[in-house]
Amino acid sequence: MTQDPSDSTIIDGVHYHQFDIVIVGAGGAGMRAAIEAGPGARTAVISKLYPTRSHTGAAQGGMAAALANVEEDSWEWHTFDTVKGGDYLVDQDAAEILAKEAIDAVIDLENMGLPFNRTPEGKIDQRRFGGHTSDHGKAPVRRACYAADRTGHMILQTLFQNCVRLGINFFNEFYVLDVIMSDVDGVEQPAGVVAYELSTGELHVFHSKAIIFATGGFGKIFKTTSNAHTLTGDGVGIIWRKKLPLEDMEFFQFHPTGLAGLGILLTEGARGEGAILRNASGERFMERYAPTIKDLAPRDIVARCMVKEVAEGRGAGPNKDYVYLDCTHLGAEVLETKLPDITEFARTYLGVDPVTEPVPVMPTAHYAMGGIPTNVKAEVLRDNTTVVPGLYAAGECACVSVHGSNRLGTNSLLDINVFGKRAGNNAVEYVQTAEFLPLPEDPAKEVRETIEGIRANAGGERIAVLRRELQEQMDMKAQVFRTDESLAEVTETIHQLRDRYRNISVQDKGRRYNTDLLEAVELGFLLDLAEVVVFSARNRKESRGGHMRDDYPDRDDENYMKHTMAYLTGDPLSSDAADHIRLDWKPVVMTRYQPMERKY
Amino acid sequence: MSTAVIDEAAPAPTPEVIESFTVTVIIRRFDPEVDEQPKWVDYDVEMFATDRILDALHKIKWEQDGSLTFRRSCAHGICGSDAMRINGRNRLACKTLIKDLDISKPIYVEAIKGLPLEKDLIVDMDPFFESFREVQPFLIPSSKPGAGKERIQSVADRARFDDTTKCILCAACTSSCPIFWTDGQYFGPAAIVNAHRFIFDSRDDAAKVRLDILNDQEGVWRCRTTFNCTDACPRGIQVTQAIAEVKQAIMRGKP
Repeated sequence: MTQDPSDSTIIDGVHYHQFDIVIVGAGGAGMRAAIEAGPGARTAVISKLYPTRSHTGAAQGGMAAALANVEEDSWEWHTFDTVKGGDYLVDQDAAEILAKEAIDAVIDLENMGLPFNRTPEGKIDQRRFGGHTSDHGKAPVRRACYAADRTGHMILQTLFQNCVRLGINFFNEFYVLDVIMSDVDGVEQPAGVVAYELSTGELHVFHSKAIIFATGGFGKIFKTTSNAHTLTGDGVGIIWRKKLPLEDMEFFQFHPTGLAGLGILLTEGARGEGAILRNASGERFMERYAPTIKDLAPRDIVARCMVKEVAEGRGAGPNKDYVYLDCTHLGAEVLETKLPDITEFARTYLGVDPVTEPVPVMPTAHYAMGGIPTNVKAEVLRDNTTVVPGLYAAGECACVSVHGSNRLGTNSLLDINVFGKRAGNNAVEYVQTAEFLPLPEDPAKEVRETIEGIRANAGGERIAVLRRELQEQMDMKAQVFRTDESLAEVTETIHQLRDRYRNISVQDKGRRYNTDLLEAVELGFLLDLAEVVVFSARNRKESRGGHMRDDYPDRDDENYMKHTMAYLTGDPLSSDAADHIRLDWKPVVMTRYQPMERKY
Repeated sequence: MSTAVIDEAAPAPTPEVIESFTVTVIIRRFDPEVDEQPKWVDYDVEMFATDRILDALHKIKWEQDGSLTFRRSCAHGICGSDAMRINGRNRLACKTLIKDLDISKPIYVEAIKGLPLEKDLIVDMDPFFESFREVQPFLIPSSKPGAGKERIQSVADRARFDDTTKCILCAACTSSCPIFWTDGQYFGPAAIVNAHRFIFDSRDDAAKVRLDILNDQEGVWRCRTTFNCTDACPRGIQVTQAIAEVKQAIMRGKP
């Protein structure tokens, strides 16, 4: 249902809006939710960007679904691959939903207009991707539905186009900074959000019955990342500051093939089409590590092998600090038609032509497996089982958990569609009977104080200096390989940076388009989340999926076959993270598959 | 990476030294809360040849003047946030490398033209997205496929509109068009590109509606085939050709 977005009242300089459902974030998950929510309830989508700038658009290779358009496949095989790929930390009931609903999710998008590549029969074409196999690991299977190497772009555009068709209300360049909680019989429930309008510097309160967080990831805690500058974890950070838990934050995915030194993503679809990773001597080293599926092993395994090759002196280039992605045997036609964008990235940013030369690559921080815990209805949890009524999360900011400790490629474009849709539908059902909760007096007070505090702070610490130190230290000490020692060191760094952050100063004191102020706020979220990531990582004394501990190189099912749940307790500014972070565990849901050793 | 996996026997490679140099960037700045008129301001920044203009802007913002304001997100030419005029040409700051410019002279950077200037390199994008919305940029099929079924489309039919699916709505084309500069009512190249994307999609049945919209006096006929748009497109879309194809479709009365 549409409504004039200017339909608001102003009290003490704060704009007040009322919508049944507020969706925070306009990437794939947010807009997929909006397509369900818009027709059934008064809905607003709030984005700190314009919707088409969201990072879903940077996803390249494909979206998994067992359509079996080109060879035999089944959702059950897809479920198994997802569970095994996640190193058995996947909630298997959720993975089954993901794999089953994948088929409709792809068909939905095609029906909405998404221009998938086609087979000679005119059906949606499919390609191979890491970790996706036929019959429980026998051989790679063609499961990824794709549109050249810009599948994410096509999904983002198609969803935006359909939001335009439905007349969805967008509030573009509005930065949500707080979720308003109201006390209902001693339990906190969400009553709306507070947003900062970038163009004016004014504050807006969105009073709503239901809120869907779809704010994406937080890859900017690392220096080398495929993530956009804007992926600073604001949504996850807001939830954290409200003392709601975060799940499995230690599990961060490092995508094997980032352009060396830059981190710009080169799709795994390249290897799906036959590209090969080689070390300095030209050896196809993945044959040694994953003899069955070689270069198409899951990302955690490939990233580790690459770092190992370099650490053991087999890296290429003048500094021996990267390996090669060799696409030269694929031929110009495959590269130009199936992988045109990454071909151009290599040419533009490294001056390397993939048609004739191997491309220098190294792992790049890519995807947060952890995030805001939800159940399979996309409802946010306040502990292991209790739902926060009216609060939903979907996409990378959420942890269902369908990805466990390592997400398979093409399962994230799937995740945003399946759980975005579920969030939208369930929110609509919820608001049919729910009431608007009363707003507290001056609900924008905290946000106003935060913003004015930063604006007035003359402490002299510079945003870029603190952020750079955080990112560099995270790359050095909490990346593909971790030890207790490295994590202890970065813990100390984060603590010092959090102290210095209290003296952060901005040079731009203006009201309009104050991106200096925005970056200062974003840095606060990055520091909070980095602390949780590292604290959770230090506590998990095993290696599993994206979390590789050199000092505990083996998976330890006896002690750690369980999700981490982190809670903010006490004074968030206390010097020792242990004083304000409490860790707990949440059992993994197992249905069909017993944990096995993970071999490919 | 941790020390435990490093092979101590491996010889430490000598780091390669890459030279940096000073580049002068002259930016057209405008603070709506202070300035009556935009003004050009010089900055010297230390850059590497492979750095992007976006890196230069970040260096200025992060090390010299935090008030410098511009949009950016993905930083590799996909999100379409950072279209701007660089040395008089519309480009994405994140896809323009220092080495591809003549750095013996200063580099001039200003906001794209034809849309209201808000602050520094930021313009109001709402009029641009309004034109996009007006061409009905979404699939309008007259029939429904069977439940749970995809529509069938041949490889050739899919290829027919591939070029115009690449659009990232950065506005580099529209804001490079001299007609758009003088007549803000003109739909502009980007809206026509997005209409083209559906007009030539074999699954769509509303080409007639869109062709009527674009047959308007503010529609495709305003295009004078200057080719600025094609030159400006960071995605390499043959924009002028797409506009010509829409013109031909209007003449024929069908795609």
